[in-house]
Amino acid sequence: MFDVPQLTNVAWILMFAATGAARLWYAVPLIISVSLVCAATRHERMGSILIHALRFAIWVLVFMGIVLGVIQILSWMQ
Amino acid sequence: MTKSQPAANSESNVEIELKDPRLAAFLAWLVPGLGHLYQGRTGKGALFFVCILGTFFYGLYIGDGRVVYASTEDMFSRRFLSERWQYICQLGVGLPALPALVQRQRELNGKPPLFGAALGNWSMRPPSKNAPAGGFQSKDLTGDGRIVQHPDELAKWNYELGESFEIGTVFTVIAGLLNILAIFDAYGGPLVIPDTDDKKKPDDKSSDKNPETR
Repeated sequence: MFDVPQLTNVAWILMFAATGAARLWYAVPLIISVSLVCAATRHERMGSILIHALRFAIWVLVFMGIVLGVIQILSWMQ
Repeated sequence: MTKSQPAANSESNVEIELKDPRLAAFLAWLVPGLGHLYQGRTGKGALFFVCILGTFFYGLYIGDGRVVYASTEDMFSRRFLSERWQYICQLGVGLPALPALVQRQRELNGKPPLFGAALGNWSMRPPSKNAPAGGFQSKDLTGDGRIVQHPDELAKWNYELGESFEIGTVFTVIAGLLNILAIFDAYGGPLVIPDTDDKKKPDDKSSDKNPETR
């Protein structure tokens, strides 16, 4: 058994990061569903819908990554 | 009433027969994808059905079946808007959100909720206004055995479910909003973005076929 209070600062940061990352999995079904539905409202053919959905999903992921980066930088500057 | 949407660009050169757009829009609201199935657009109907209802019921599952039912206020009151405005968005998903209205009315009339025993742990009912003996209590989540007293049952649900209540609410709200897009699609067809070629050639006959001018 390891002693929890003896964890190093890095270990604590990694543990909190892992908890936050676990929460991010909730975004996966949302991104899939939102990108497919939005793409389906712009095309009629299934092939076009899937291509548009893929592009949209990548765009959302990049946007989320940028926001995450900005928030992380702001938290470091505090 | 039948409305045909002409081709808008070479990539999506498809003629769509939008059979009775108003009825299709109503069906699309009632059950996501049903309006498209009615119009014979089976693939898109199945996609909307799976994506929107999947998102809605996953949210309901995360929120322990409570996130759509979490108010006993009159829907048109100011208190409802401040306490549970999310239900207006959730209502966009149609039939799956409607039982909340029935359960809320039964609670307001002092009647027991429908299917109370059949749903087991799932609480597909509004928060009760009648506090049990000792009030609304739950065990302290830090595990030190203390009892936490809540002002009402909604506060108790929020405390016990924690972030799951919020995440479940977000999923169901997004499902309702997505279905509004699907309703517009059933009514007016897909929003086709014109090709850059169409923009460059305003004199071209194909520019007359822009769906935005129909």
